[in-house]
Amino acid sequence: MGLLDKEFSDGNIVIARAEDLMNWARLSSIWQLGFGLACCAIEMMATSASHYDFDRFGVIPRNTPRQADAIIISGTVTLKMATRIKRLYEQMPDPKYIISMGSCANCGGPYWEHGYHVLKGIDRVIPVDVYVPGCPPRPEALLEGLLKLQDKIRNESIRKKIA
Amino acid sequence: MALKTESMILNMGPQHPSTHGVLRLELEIEGELILSVKPHIGYLHRCFEKHAEAMTYPQVIPYTDRLDYLAAMGNNFGYVVAAERLMGIQVPERVEYIRVIMAELQRIASHLVAIATNGADIGALTPFLYLFRDREYILTLFEMTCGARMLYNYMWIGGLSHDIHPDFVRKTKEFINHFRPTVVELNNLLTFNKIFIERTANIGVLPVDTAINIGASGPVLRGSGLAFDVRREDPYSIYDKLEFDIPVGQGMVGTVGDCWDRYYVRVLEMEQSLRIIEQLIDSIPDGDVQSAIPKRIKPPKGTVYGRVENPRGELGYFIISDGNLNPFRVKVRAPSFVNLELMGELCKGHLVADVIAILGSLDIVLGEIDR
Amino acid sequence: MKNPEEIYELLKKEFNETIFGLDKDTPVENIISVDPMNIHKIGAFLKDNEELKFDSLMVLSGVDDANGTKVKDEDGTEVITGGTLSVYYHLHSTVLKHKITIKTSAPRENPEVESVYDVWRTSDWHEREAFDMFGIIFKNHPDLTRILMPYDWDAGYPLRKDYKNPEFYQGMKVPY
Repeated sequence: MGLLDKEFSDGNIVIARAEDLMNWARLSSIWQLGFGLACCAIEMMATSASHYDFDRFGVIPRNTPRQADAIIISGTVTLKMATRIKRLYEQMPDPKYIISMGSCANCGGPYWEHGYHVLKGIDRVIPVDVYVPGCPPRPEALLEGLLKLQDKIRNESIRKKIA
Repeated sequence: MALKTESMILNMGPQHPSTHGVLRLELEIEGELILSVKPHIGYLHRCFEKHAEAMTYPQVIPYTDRLDYLAAMGNNFGYVVAAERLMGIQVPERVEYIRVIMAELQRIASHLVAIATNGADIGALTPFLYLFRDREYILTLFEMTCGARMLYNYMWIGGLSHDIHPDFVRKTKEFINHFRPTVVELNNLLTFNKIFIERTANIGVLPVDTAINIGASGPVLRGSGLAFDVRREDPYSIYDKLEFDIPVGQGMVGTVGDCWDRYYVRVLEMEQSLRIIEQLIDSIPDGDVQSAIPKRIKPPKGTVYGRVENPRGELGYFIISDGNLNPFRVKVRAPSFVNLELMGELCKGHLVADVIAILGSLDIVLGEIDR
Repeated sequence: MKNPEEIYELLKKEFNETIFGLDKDTPVENIISVDPMNIHKIGAFLKDNEELKFDSLMVLSGVDDANGTKVKDEDGTEVITGGTLSVYYHLHSTVLKHKITIKTSAPRENPEVESVYDVWRTSDWHEREAFDMFGIIFKNHPDLTRILMPYDWDAGYPLRKDYKNPEFYQGMKVPY
C-alpha cells in the first residue's frame, strides 16, 4: 500500500509524502471511460459485472471523457473510429491513462495483414500505458493490466508524468 | 404570426454509454419528439469478407467467431453448415448432438446479455449483475470444452475441434437445474416490473408486414407475431427431430410487436433452449468427433447459401467456390445488419428516451453489422 | 411450393428475352440469370405473383467475377480490365416456403443495376454495401452513399479483386 504501512504517530495523523498521497488517491479511484469497441468490450463488461467485480479496484465507468481518468481501448480500432478515439482522448483531463486491451488494439490482431480498414495498433494514434494481450484477454488478464497501471501510477512524480 | 421553428440534429454515439458498441445515430428532433433517425455504421468494419477470400476454408472459422461475438458458436455453426452442404459431407450423429447443445447454450448466453443490456440501458442495473452471473456459468461450460470463454473456433468443417469433457454432461444438467429458477427470478425482477413495462410496452411497434418486407428475423420478427424460425422452416443439423415451441409476441402488456414483446420472446426462447438441451443431453451417441473431417478441404465449383437461426435471427453465409483452397467470395447475411435498418421506422414519433429502449430491444451486435 | 425449373418457366413466359438462363450445373443451388436493367420489374413480378410470392429478400450480395483480362502493374499488383461484376439475390417466400437465387451481371467499367429498394426494403443497406465494396451503381436508389467505409474514402472499392490499399488515411499509416 505504501501509505498505510507508514507509522501512525499521534491518533489519526498520517505522515506521508505529498507525492505518495496523491498517487495513492489517484491509483485507487481510476474512473474509466464507459466505452466499448468490439469483442473485448464484452469481456470488459464481464469484468465489471458480478463475477470479477471491477469496482473493488475503484474502477467505475463514467460516461463522459471529461470526468474520466483512464480509457480502456477494448477492441479493434478501425480507421473510421480512430479519429473519434483521438478526440475522446483529447477531451480527457490530465493525468490520463490508456489501457490497450486485446491484440487488435495492441497491433491489429488477426486483422493485421488484410485489414484494409483496421488501424494496426492504437499506439499509432494515442500513447498507451499498459498493453493487455489476448484475443480477447480473460477478465483476470484485464485485472492484471489494471494492477500494472496502478504500479505505474504509484511511482509517479508530481513534477512530471512518466511516459 | 407563428414563430419560425426548425428541427434540431442530435448525435448519439459513436462513443455512447449504451453498451451496444460503436454506432452513431443521427436524430432529427423537434423538442423531444423524433422526426427521423439515421444510423451511421462502419466504425467496426474489420474486413471479414476480404479476409475470407485470402484464407483457406478452415482458416475462416476463427474470423466467423468475431462477427457476432456474443454468439460465436452460432457463427461457427452457420459457416460449417454452409461449407458442408457445398462439399456434401455427412457428419456423425455425435457431432450433430454436441453442436446443437452448444448452439442452444450459446443462445441462452447471448439472450442473457441481450436482456441484461436492454435492462441496463433503460436504468435497471440490478438484473445486469444477476444475469452476468449466470452467463459465467455457461462460459465455464464452454471453457471446459474448448478452452476459450468467448471466441471458440470449436466447430470445424466435418467435426469439432475437441470432444466434450467427461464432466460436461453432469455440469450441464446442474446448469439446467440452476437456471430454471433464475428465469422465474428474472421475471419477478424485470419482466413484470411496472417501470420496465411502462418504458417498453407500446413503444416501437413493428407491424408484421413491415417486418417481413425489411427482412427482420429472429426475436424481432417473432415479436411481431410471425412464428418464423429457420430451425423449423429450413431445418439443418438435427433440429427436425427435436421438439420445441416457437414463442411469438402476443401483446400481453401492450400492442403486438412492441419492445416488451421482443424482450419477452427472448425470455421464452431461453426456456425452449433448455428444453432442447434436455432432450439431447442424456442420449449423446458414442463416436469420434473428428472422423469426418476431410484431409484436404477443397470444395467443388459452385455456390451455396446456408442459413441458421442465430440468437439474433437468420444468419446466412453465401459462399462461392471456384474450386480452389480459398473461397472465392463469402458474404454474410448478418441478422443485426438487417434488423438495424428498422431503427428509422420504429423511432418515428417517439421521444428521445425511447430510442435507447428500442435499440436495446433490437439487440444488435456491431461486430456482425460492420463485419 | 415450386421448384427452380417451374419458376424459370414462369419468368421466361412473362419476360422472355430479359431472362438469360437457368444454371443447373452448380452442385447446390440453381441460379436464374437476368438482365440488370430489368431487375426491378422482375423483382416486382416475383413478389406480387400469386404463384411465387417471394416476399422476403434474404440477402443481396455483390460479387467481383474477376473474369476480365488481368495485367500486372509495374509494382507487381494485378489490374483487371473488362469482365463483369455480379449481384446475387437470394429470395424466399414466407408464405409458399420456396427459394430461388437470381443473378445479374453488369460490365465492370460501367456497373449499373436497377435498384429493388421499393420492392424489398431489405435491399436498402445491402445495395449501399455493394456500392461501397464493389462500386456497383444501383439506379433509383434514394441514398446511394458509402455505408461501411468512411464517407471520404477515395482509394477505391475494397472487395474488388484488384483493390490496392492506400499508404495513409488522414495521416494514419494503413499497412502493418
